[in-house]
Amino acid sequence: MTDQDVTGLPPLRADLVIEYPFIRTTGPVVGAFLTGLREAVLVGIRRADGTVMVPPVEYDPVTSEPLSEVVEVSSTGTIVSWTWVDPPRPGSPWDTPHGLALVLLDGADTPLLHGVLVDSPDQVATGLRVEAVWKSERVGHITDLVGFAPVARDTLEGS
Amino acid sequence: MREVAVVSSAVYQVEALTFTTDVQLMVPLINEARSAVGLTQADIGFTCSGSSDFLAGQGFSFVQTLDAVGAFPPISESHVEMDGAFALYEAWVKLQVGEVDTALVYSYGKSSPGSRRDVLAVQLDPYTVAPLWPDAHAVAALQARLLLESGAVSAEGLAEIAVRSQHHAVGNPNALRASAGATVAGVLSEPVVADPLRPSDIAAESDGGCVVVLAAGDRARSLCERPAWIRGIDHRIDAHALGVRDLTRAPSAALAAEKAGARDDRLDLAELHGPTTSQEHILTTEMGLGADTVVNPSGGALAADTLMAAGLVRIAEAARRISAGGADRALAHATSGPCLQQNLVCVMEGE
Repeated sequence: MTDQDVTGLPPLRADLVIEYPFIRTTGPVVGAFLTGLREAVLVGIRRADGTVMVPPVEYDPVTSEPLSEVVEVSSTGTIVSWTWVDPPRPGSPWDTPHGLALVLLDGADTPLLHGVLVDSPDQVATGLRVEAVWKSERVGHITDLVGFAPVARDTLEGS
Repeated sequence: MREVAVVSSAVYQVEALTFTTDVQLMVPLINEARSAVGLTQADIGFTCSGSSDFLAGQGFSFVQTLDAVGAFPPISESHVEMDGAFALYEAWVKLQVGEVDTALVYSYGKSSPGSRRDVLAVQLDPYTVAPLWPDAHAVAALQARLLLESGAVSAEGLAEIAVRSQHHAVGNPNALRASAGATVAGVLSEPVVADPLRPSDIAAESDGGCVVVLAAGDRARSLCERPAWIRGIDHRIDAHALGVRDLTRAPSAALAAEKAGARDDRLDLAELHGPTTSQEHILTTEMGLGADTVVNPSGGALAADTLMAAGLVRIAEAARRISAGGADRALAHATSGPCLQQNLVCVMEGE
């Protein structure tokens, strides 16, 4: 190959930089959830029938109506389904084997998917009460939530 | 409604196409399906493909694969970033419009260079789920546990599905997992890999491709001794977010089956695209398939699951059995998205 063609002129050149040169706003619903994470608070959204979806979605999955009533839910909840991830998956926020669960937070009607911070699958079960474990420095990202850990036994007995 | 039929098909699935490009894979398959009914590309009215840029690693990757079709002189062509079964739906619509009488549908997937179970995490919610990189086996396992703990099916029931698939797959040259000696006890003795799922509960990942030729009315009759007439085809979608729907159900599969007329008459066989035994169980239940319907005589997606093609392969397998005279009425199904989110049902009959 040569840079010279029959005209004797060099070919035109343009550098290509692959980039994503714009910012997408997350909007009033997903944005509220992410802002909540930064404050170590979990929020959902209320549907017309009064039920609360966590994480919130912008439109009702059944009626398609736009949703806007953001409501705070508890950081404590119950495991409704789980599996065990070993080895941890590349790119995931966890670097050791961990549980993965659908957690129904108190005050919510739909479960949230996140990690379960225990050492072995023997320590996870459907119905297990768990509470959110937060990073100390949070930026408004789903990984501000480190995962869920079993609620301490004395708290369980007190409930 | 215009009569449209599957008149020819070709399938190729292997564990890994290490030294084969998508074009090299598709040239012989497309030639096989076209030449089986004596057609060249000049005879094809519309061409539609299904594939994934994620698997190819570049945008508009399907354009290169058009080299396998022969796109000069210019052809009427389209593409879906979905399983080829959905490309077939588009071709069926095109044939309904009535401007063309024949269509070539193909799809292919080569997922072996990467980790498919991890790549599939990017189809989940980009803010609240995908950054956690839950792999496809784990997400299916969450669904399977809900199903098992609801009492809808037992671990033995799931193992029976795995065993049936392995038995049926013995006669299928495109199956990766086949065993005439598979037993429920053998499957249940496998260690869980995505608790509660065992290896035999999860589809064998394959690379490969599938081609289907469609033709309308008398053109179909002139090309094929016994066309597989598409009597109904429909696709429906459930909510994307995993938490907002009952994962033990697939209402979109039931609705698509109903709209495709699945229950209007008895079904000799059903080819279901269930990437796990638990998902195949959900599909069987949602579509109301009875004991008189043979489920997955090819072994189904459990025996070989080619991303982007497994659904079109189901249509090809069902149509082939009708054309061969082994069945009069068959259902073929394709799924897409996490936990059976999107479902397509195609009901075919012989004449």
